[in-house]
Amino acid sequence: MKPPAEDRVARAEESIGRLLRIGVGASLVLLAGGTLLSFLRDGGYGRNASEVVRLTGPGGSFPRTAAWLVDGIVRLNGQAVIVAGLLLLIATPVLRVAVSVVAFARERDRTYALITAFVLVLLLVSFELGSAV
Amino acid sequence: MTPLVFTLVVAGISYAAGLLGSLVGVGGGIIVVPALTLLMGVGIQKAIAASIVSVIATSSGAAASYLTERITNMRLGMLLEVATVIGALTGAYLAEWVSVRGLYLTFALVLAYTAWSMLRPRGRAVEAVPDALADRLRLHGSFFDRSLGREVPYRVSRTKLGLAVSYVAGVASGLLGIGGGVLKVPVMNLAMGLPIKVCTATSNFMIGVTAATSAAVYFMRGEVLPFIAAPVAVGVLLGAKTGARLMGGMKNDAIKVVFVAVLAVSAAQMLNKGLR
Repeated sequence: MKPPAEDRVARAEESIGRLLRIGVGASLVLLAGGTLLSFLRDGGYGRNASEVVRLTGPGGSFPRTAAWLVDGIVRLNGQAVIVAGLLLLIATPVLRVAVSVVAFARERDRTYALITAFVLVLLLVSFELGSAV
Repeated sequence: MTPLVFTLVVAGISYAAGLLGSLVGVGGGIIVVPALTLLMGVGIQKAIAASIVSVIATSSGAAASYLTERITNMRLGMLLEVATVIGALTGAYLAEWVSVRGLYLTFALVLAYTAWSMLRPRGRAVEAVPDALADRLRLHGSFFDRSLGREVPYRVSRTKLGLAVSYVAGVASGLLGIGGGVLKVPVMNLAMGLPIKVCTATSNFMIGVTAATSAAVYFMRGEVLPFIAAPVAVGVLLGAKTGARLMGGMKNDAIKVVFVAVLAVSAAQMLNKGLR
């Protein structure tokens, strides 16, 4: 293999590394901040022991429409901020794979561009599959 | 228990799990799920969903530093990811059909296997065989070994076996909310002929994507509860970070014994729950 191509792969690896770090860091802030907000504001977690049962029980599921999420983030609803953090965390590896597809395609490495693209499609499909159940 | 106490205790347990896990080289999920179910009374599906999200966090965090050090075999990782991702989807779907009892029993089995794999003497590498698939896909590589101070080349063999094991690891990950590295790494090291550092880095690189697949399914199903998932993810990640920092100055054997004991007790308790 020619050294320039190796160099490009190495550079892609470094930018993937940076992407992962930023994604995880940002989602960590959202998760911690959202938890804090949920305790500080009304309509969040509450103070009674009975709340834990509600929050962890089978009925503890949360509304998960995009409209609820956007509205909640605007109003700084703690749980919406946490959900945003969770989504960002799940999206980080997806973005990482997308970057890899581009990196392999730029190298004109068709085999690996296809393999990586296939993984990306599976990842995106898994969101759909989950909501279909 | 008030919500505040619950959050603090869960964050503390998760921190300990992340710390202990990173010191002995496994993810936090294998401890977090038993802790949430056995100690905190969380339903096993909700515990698995929270754990799988934390697996993404730790894997992505560690992958970042491995990539900067260029130990990861990106090509092999991408290839095996095809199998782990399909496995994760299978597992996340199976989780819908497997009974709670079945989940406890399967988890107990994996805990027992993990404990055993930490105690057994390191297996002997199987002799390398020519592998046309590895040649065609250019999987062979090299990495810079810092302790040796030079580039170490290696050849990959038994790619098909690697794909099969990766699929199984993916199923375990999607079904149980763990990373599955404990299943992949020995095969990559002993059968496929990769140096152990490359195995750990490459396995970890895959785990983030594998976990994201099943996390997406669990998330869309509404199983990932913000109240549980947030303290688990934050705790495990911070614990793993502390662990990585401590790694240099720690004596590993004592920690290993503690860890195996925790695994064994958890396995027995989960077995008990599954059989009751």
